Amino acid sequence: MNNIVKEFTKGLWAEIPPFRFVLGLCPTLAVTKSVETGVGMGLMLTFVLVFSNIFISSLRKVIPPSVRIACFIVVIATFVVIVELVSQAYTYGLYQKLGIFIPLIVVNCIVLGRAEAFASKNGVVASIADGLGMGIGFTISLTVLAAIRELFGAGTLYGINIMGPSFEPFTFMVSAPGAFVCLGLILCIMNLFGKAKEMV
Amino acid sequence: MRDVIKMIIVLGLICGVAGALLAGVRMGTMEKIEYQELKFVKGPVIMEVLKGCTNNPLKDRFKLKYGEEKIDFFPAVFNGKLNVIAFETKGGGFGGDIGMIMAVNLENDAVSGVGITTHKETPGVGALAKDSEPFKNSFKGLSVNETIKVKKDGGKVDAVSGATITSRGVCEGANLGSKIYKKLKNDILAKAKEIK
Repeated sequence: MNNIVKEFTKGLWAEIPPFRFVLGLCPTLAVTKSVETGVGMGLMLTFVLVFSNIFISSLRKVIPPSVRIACFIVVIATFVVIVELVSQAYTYGLYQKLGIFIPLIVVNCIVLGRAEAFASKNGVVASIADGLGMGIGFTISLTVLAAIRELFGAGTLYGINIMGPSFEPFTFMVSAPGAFVCLGLILCIMNLFGKAKEMV
Repeated sequence: MRDVIKMIIVLGLICGVAGALLAGVRMGTMEKIEYQELKFVKGPVIMEVLKGCTNNPLKDRFKLKYGEEKIDFFPAVFNGKLNVIAFETKGGGFGGDIGMIMAVNLENDAVSGVGITTHKETPGVGALAKDSEPFKNSFKGLSVNETIKVKKDGGKVDAVSGATITSRGVCEGANLGSKIYKKLKNDILAKAKEIK
């Protein structure tokens, strides 16, 4: 039981994606212009991660090692298409905003990375915990990044005006270079925090 | 050799199950997706063409067969009577097909409005046709029994300046719409009675 809790919580801080791995940067940088798209992408990735982990870990003894990557990709792609169809049917606005980045979850390194590094070597329950932890960690990261960018870049949070009418939007933050700078600063703060803990 | 066969079987099975699963999800969500696309992509244009109607044309839509194609029809109620029908048509523009919505009055067979949904026209030139009120308004009141043409070709439509080809494309779409309407008018009237 302790083990499972550990697998779950490691995704929330110790190995939180994408800050610790710096994997899956494409959606991280592209869809964090607003909190809504950031949270949406995070939840979609969580769904794909959990279900691909379940299937890959339960099939891990059947899949021949030489074709494992092909099998993983088929499983992952299946769940991505399911997410795409469902979001198109029920949350069309979000589907339009995320656009090409939904199908691109297939090639998100975090999903394939967890399948290869964790689900193909561990049991189903541990894999669910891992997928859930990593997915929620990713959602938190995207939400934080998106909140910072939306607040300074547009003066709003989840579409609600926070900064008041006199605020001049710092549009650099919602453009692509702003995403890199913001990500870099967050990594820097996280490393500083880690260092400080070591010294104590 | 045994390894190869095992690989083929495992990969084949996974692909088969994945395919079946996706087919199921696709069938389950198809209707919903179609409605969402109508609502978000064509919906605003349909509502603009049918401005002032008292029902929900998107909800009351029905399909009719035109040749091999199935076309959606959107009935609209004005003054308590179902007397305008809108449907999709298309014409060839400068950069590709121009998707259009055309509304026809069922009582006097006159065009009551046109709207453009999708196009690939040149920005700032042909693309202006989408939002040009004088251009779209000049279709209003034209009969489906006449060939709709721009003024340059001897017709009654005010072309968008500098975009004769786009304007002609929209006329072509309107003429195709007239053809669809004339051919299916009896079916439309029959369906309209059911809705009432």
